[in-house]
Amino acid sequence: MKMTSLDRILLLITAILASYQVAVGIDGFTAFPIIAYTISFGVLLVAGLLLFILGFDVLDSPIVVIISTIIPLSLATGLVWQHLASFRTSYLVFAIIGFLAIGITRSLSMPGKLPTIILAIVHGIAGMTIFLLPIIISIQGQTKPLFSLVGIGGALIGIGGLLLSFLKTGRPILSREIILRVFPGLLLLTTICFVVGFKFG
Amino acid sequence: MSIQSSIQNLKSKIKLYWPLTKASQTGLLLATGLAGYMSARCPVFSMPTILGLSGSLFLAIAGSTVLNMWWDRDIDAKMGRTQKRPTSSGQVSEREVLLLGLILSIIGVGWAVAMDALYGLVVFAGLFFDVVVYSMWLKRRTAWSIVWGGISGAMPILAGRVLGLGSIDWIGLTLALGVLFWIPTHTLTFSMKFAKDYADACVPTFPSTYGLGVTRATIAISSVLAALAMVVAGYGIGMAWGFLRLLGVLSAGLLMLAVAITFKPSERVNFGLFKYASVYMLAAMILVVIEVI
Repeated sequence: MKMTSLDRILLLITAILASYQVAVGIDGFTAFPIIAYTISFGVLLVAGLLLFILGFDVLDSPIVVIISTIIPLSLATGLVWQHLASFRTSYLVFAIIGFLAIGITRSLSMPGKLPTIILAIVHGIAGMTIFLLPIIISIQGQTKPLFSLVGIGGALIGIGGLLLSFLKTGRPILSREIILRVFPGLLLLTTICFVVGFKFG
Repeated sequence: MSIQSSIQNLKSKIKLYWPLTKASQTGLLLATGLAGYMSARCPVFSMPTILGLSGSLFLAIAGSTVLNMWWDRDIDAKMGRTQKRPTSSGQVSEREVLLLGLILSIIGVGWAVAMDALYGLVVFAGLFFDVVVYSMWLKRRTAWSIVWGGISGAMPILAGRVLGLGSIDWIGLTLALGVLFWIPTHTLTFSMKFAKDYADACVPTFPSTYGLGVTRATIAISSVLAALAMVVAGYGIGMAWGFLRLLGVLSAGLLMLAVAITFKPSERVNFGLFKYASVYMLAAMILVVIEVI
């Protein structure tokens, strides 16, 4: 499907916002969260630029599933590191193993539903972490209320990830046209939620 | 009536001359010059200097581009991509193009020398390497001519820094190296895409001389070196940690595409790297400028 000018503008704004987040938005954090957030927003930035340059065809590459796992995993790990100190090591281990599992099952031709199950588990846990953790800690008063926007961003990127993943497995929830039509806007809205949530939360 | 026709004539001339300057390429090189100047932490809002730098660099770069087109008009006519250029399609006379190139170059270099002798010398070196060494001497003889084209392309950023600093320092040279190593990423992907055109015109290129494998490896290595040089230069300038992080992320994107073109080459990755390399350089220059502002 051909990308429209509006799609390109939305992707460019997404890339600019992700750049801001990498350069300015995460200053002041400790070393590990900075590394984790730099990875997640960096992947978002480069992915946005590649989509802007190459169009939707780039989503057909099999590596997209692996790359798109990095964003939620590193973002979730950064959040856990900052706000759930007792789970730091165990979550980091989960993130590494989860990423390796998806990489291996997607690189080798595995029989049965194992690749899909692993993808659903890893994305599910990371997605729920990004969705729930910011909302819970903002309700508890540990952060400002606007930090819950990070959770909403997590939900949005989770929806985007699910739509794309099911599309790639050949069992799309919505048609390819609809998914691609809403994708740039969804990506921008997600990024706005993350940037505003981190800035004012 | 005669005034109107003169204005009309002038408009049509400008319309013909403008493509001869390759505005987007000239603009990108001008952006590197401005970034080089601002990297020197000089008083960046000295409007006369900014205007002088922009004017002199634009004229010198545009002048050398026009002279290149004048010299290459015969091979441009043989290549599908360039045969519609005003120089090769006969829309502008050879003498007119030569005169235009010389006038732009002389005014550009003269203006640069008048501003600062060392700055003028670097601007002149860029023009000399581009027109005489690259186009006239080496382009039709060896695929390695791109090194000299790269050196000339690296001169605007060095010139900008020299104007701001008053001397040549290691940071200026590293910035220039960043551009020098970035240029093969740009030009070699281009020569792969238009390999047939270059073959038709008998212009030796890396793909035709050494094959696609070596060309892709060269692109990958030069991308690594370009990214490394830009990060080192950014550190040397004293770029804030956050901006260095962002430069690192953008460099990682460049490296990822360079790896992809080496191990999983395709027309799409080739095009992606070609475009991303331009975005990368523009973004790196913007980071240097934003950092100072």
